[in-house]
Amino acid sequence: MQLLQLLISGVAQGCIYGLIALGFVLIYKATETVSFAQGDLMMVGAFGGLLTMTLLGFPFWLAVIASVVGMGLFGVVVERLVIRPILGQPAFSIVMLTIGVGYVLRGVITMIPNIGTDTHTLAVPYAGEVVRLGALVLSAEQLVVIGVTALLCGGLFAMFKYSKLGIAMQAASQNQLAAYYMGIPVQRLNGLVWGLAAGVAAIAGLLLAPITFVHANMGFIGLKAFPAAVVGGFGSLPGAIVGGLVIGIVEAVSGFYLPEGFKDIAPYIVVLLMLVLKPNGLFGEKLRKKV
Amino acid sequence: MRFIFKTDYDQDIRLAKHGGHVFWYGLLCASLVVAPWALPEYWLAQLTFVLIYAIVGLGLMLLAGFTGLFSLGHAAFLGVGAYTEAVLTNAGWPFPVSIACAGLLSAAVGMVVGLPALRVKGIYLGMATLAFGFIVEEGLARWEHVTGGNAGLSVNPPAIGGWAIDSTEGFYFLCLVLCVGATLAIVNLLRAPTGRAFVAIRDSEISAQSMGIHLARYKTLSFALSAALAGIGGALYAHKIQFLSPDQFSIVQSIDLLLMVVIGGLGSIHGAFLGAIFLIVMPQLISLGKDFLPEAIGQSTGLQGTVYGAVLIAFVLFEPMGLYGRWLKVRTWFQLFPFYRKGMFKRQKSFQKSDRLK
Repeated sequence: MQLLQLLISGVAQGCIYGLIALGFVLIYKATETVSFAQGDLMMVGAFGGLLTMTLLGFPFWLAVIASVVGMGLFGVVVERLVIRPILGQPAFSIVMLTIGVGYVLRGVITMIPNIGTDTHTLAVPYAGEVVRLGALVLSAEQLVVIGVTALLCGGLFAMFKYSKLGIAMQAASQNQLAAYYMGIPVQRLNGLVWGLAAGVAAIAGLLLAPITFVHANMGFIGLKAFPAAVVGGFGSLPGAIVGGLVIGIVEAVSGFYLPEGFKDIAPYIVVLLMLVLKPNGLFGEKLRKKV
Repeated sequence: MRFIFKTDYDQDIRLAKHGGHVFWYGLLCASLVVAPWALPEYWLAQLTFVLIYAIVGLGLMLLAGFTGLFSLGHAAFLGVGAYTEAVLTNAGWPFPVSIACAGLLSAAVGMVVGLPALRVKGIYLGMATLAFGFIVEEGLARWEHVTGGNAGLSVNPPAIGGWAIDSTEGFYFLCLVLCVGATLAIVNLLRAPTGRAFVAIRDSEISAQSMGIHLARYKTLSFALSAALAGIGGALYAHKIQFLSPDQFSIVQSIDLLLMVVIGGLGSIHGAFLGAIFLIVMPQLISLGKDFLPEAIGQSTGLQGTVYGAVLIAFVLFEPMGLYGRWLKVRTWFQLFPFYRKGMFKRQKSFQKSDRLK
């Protein structure tokens, strides 16, 4: 029973990692670049929800929508302003660029007087409630995280499978040149993918906010989403979620059964093992370059 | 304008290409030697930090700038070197032995990390080094009876037998000698076949391999050398800062080191030094500028991060060759005065090598 309890809290945490990793994978599939700003976008999303609720007095549901849409637009703008001009440069430059974007976001948040440097709680309507299932005690926050992640995955799956936009995105990620020939506006799609990734990050931030707190350094959790993306295979969307769950569960279980300190590094040990044993991840396709 | 008439093949690989090089580098060395008498103690300490970071930067430059492998966990090597040096010095080992041990142990660790580099590329390598960096940081914090854990570890000054170098000036000269040595070693390495092999791997692994370069060996070697320099830099850092704690070697430090080589200019030895100067001088400039900014911005803890981020974005977007690239442009402008054209350094349209197959 205790194990089940641990597993559920691990799954809830893993869903957060999975959502951030989903952002990495979306961006990677579209532009073959890795965004290190994903964790910070998540942090800004959480702050967006907080600010719209406290300063503007929005109700919770409106604040969520405002924050997610706002972050989506922000993602599009970031792509247009700083990413698009250097697409095609070595991947390393873009990694450094996104690190820079993350630094700036974190710095700017701390500059908001009286708010940026403090730790806040996001007043969600379901805070503190628990659900009892026999001997299991589940907090509403965790259930909401799991439920929303499942819904979001279903929505994204449907979008990529059935909508014209999703199919165009798939086409662009499989073969950019052919997509251009078919009249798909690849550049605009890349912008939209960034927006989508930023929106998903904002959702992750809002889901995480009641569990931890809202503060300027919460973006560092994004560094744990990298192992999730790698374990799942960097180019696979379902892989990102599965990888996130694996990392979340490993973290929860090792935090309980192994000596102190292993909780924080268990994800990294998993990812190192994964890279040595199966570098393409659980779901990644095996790629071999022909000359 | 200067025209160099080449009459000998050796001229192509000579360290000093012409009289100007000899004069300016000589002048630089001379001013560095007299610096302790000319500079106030505070600035001398900052200069020492520049030298230390330059040693680490040279190592990272070799790895990221010349071999094209990038490491997001370089602070771990710095940490291994620093803690090795601290523990050995506190045990009374003479300085030359302990710093050699620090370098060698870091190199050994670097080789271990280099092993996944043989199988994975690009971003996966970044992930592997990132993961490794976290594991080392946690290890330093948890291995308490050796490293002192989060409580920290204080470091004795470097000593050989009874003779200790505990003055600012003495330590400055120690760093200067090691830094000049490291620079000469790297410059020499890069004009030797090994360095050429590194550059070939950076430019194209496939063509390097088809020209008979043993990829696994050279990549591991690059990791080992880079880690060794980071270890030596870390050892000096330990003596300079005199108090070690694991959070000095976190991911933030790793990113700072990367920032240093990128802003300095990837793929140039000068870049490591310019980047080190940037990393040390920037906080000073920021604290000078603080008073002119509105209070909310000037006093905020995130100001430094914002400035670093903005400078990094600006460099990647507008000056991918970093500070050294900017210097090259300025120099060319003067050399060619009035004939400098705008398009001379136009960024080549480069195309990313896609991992996609179709």
